[in-house]
Amino acid sequence: MDAAKNKYSIIVPTYNERLNIALIVYLIFKHLRDVDFEIIVVDDGSPDGTREVLKQLQDLYGEDRILLRPRAKKLGLGTAYVHGLKHASGNFVVIMDADLSHHPKYLPSFIKKQMETGASIVTGTRYVTGGGVHGWNLMRKLTSRGANVLAQTLLWPCVSDLTGSFRLYKKSVLEDVISSCVSKGYVFQMEMIVRASRKGYHIEEVPITFVDRVFGSSKLGGSEIVEYLKGLIYLMITT
Amino acid sequence: MKHVLKLLSLLVVISALWIGLLQASIIPQSHTWLLPIYFIVSLGCYGLLMVGVGLMRFPTCPEEALLLQQDIAEAKDFLKQKGVDVGSD
Repeated sequence: MDAAKNKYSIIVPTYNERLNIALIVYLIFKHLRDVDFEIIVVDDGSPDGTREVLKQLQDLYGEDRILLRPRAKKLGLGTAYVHGLKHASGNFVVIMDADLSHHPKYLPSFIKKQMETGASIVTGTRYVTGGGVHGWNLMRKLTSRGANVLAQTLLWPCVSDLTGSFRLYKKSVLEDVISSCVSKGYVFQMEMIVRASRKGYHIEEVPITFVDRVFGSSKLGGSEIVEYLKGLIYLMITT
Repeated sequence: MKHVLKLLSLLVVISALWIGLLQASIIPQSHTWLLPIYFIVSLGCYGLLMVGVGLMRFPTCPEEALLLQQDIAEAKDFLKQKGVDVGSD
């Protein structure tokens, strides 16, 4: 594949990330100097002034590099990706979170891995050497590890980090996979990678570090666990 | 083939082997009857072991938090100069 002709569309769904989106844009430009890319921000009607900041960023970096494609209200992650995809002009699509838990400094390693292996999907994994997590207490690590072992045993997914959402896709592959996914939240991320694996797409992993800046927020109550188990069963039956 | 069907067929094969062992009487019957229990217990132990080992070897990156703070400071400086509003929310 001719590297000079690759363009990367980076889709970042946002909701009330006025400060973080500016930081992310700066860091993306810093780490992708010689790469043809565009950033597609799908903002779900943030009331905190995110769109004003984005206009300032567009003045600074160019409207052709930062595409603001907002929606009226919070409509969910899956549809945000679909919406972003419609406006993506690249042949590759990167999806990442807007809260700086995904650091743009890993983008070159995603791109490099894809070029080296010709993979259809490159997914970031927190669970291998070279990767890692900061800001998780013991309970959080335990549930994460337990959930991972369960998912590995039941699904045989061929990736080490199923719920990660820092990924590079060939655009055609993302379009194909996303059309058959119906879950919400992090089960959606699992469904995407499992369906892609079942369809036989070549998937590679790169280590990433994940700094959880929302200290003390326990996103894992009983209902989350139930949702997770239901998601696993759903994936076992339908993929 | 749906994944659950793959798992079920694996279960069927294992069950067939077990019934075969029962019929063939290579191992004393009393032991053979207990094999499924041994299997499930080993599976459970293996799972717990994987969780424990994974927990001990869980990769952490405390230095990354520091690097991130530096990156944030650098970004804020640059953007402030260029007129982008980076006041904290």
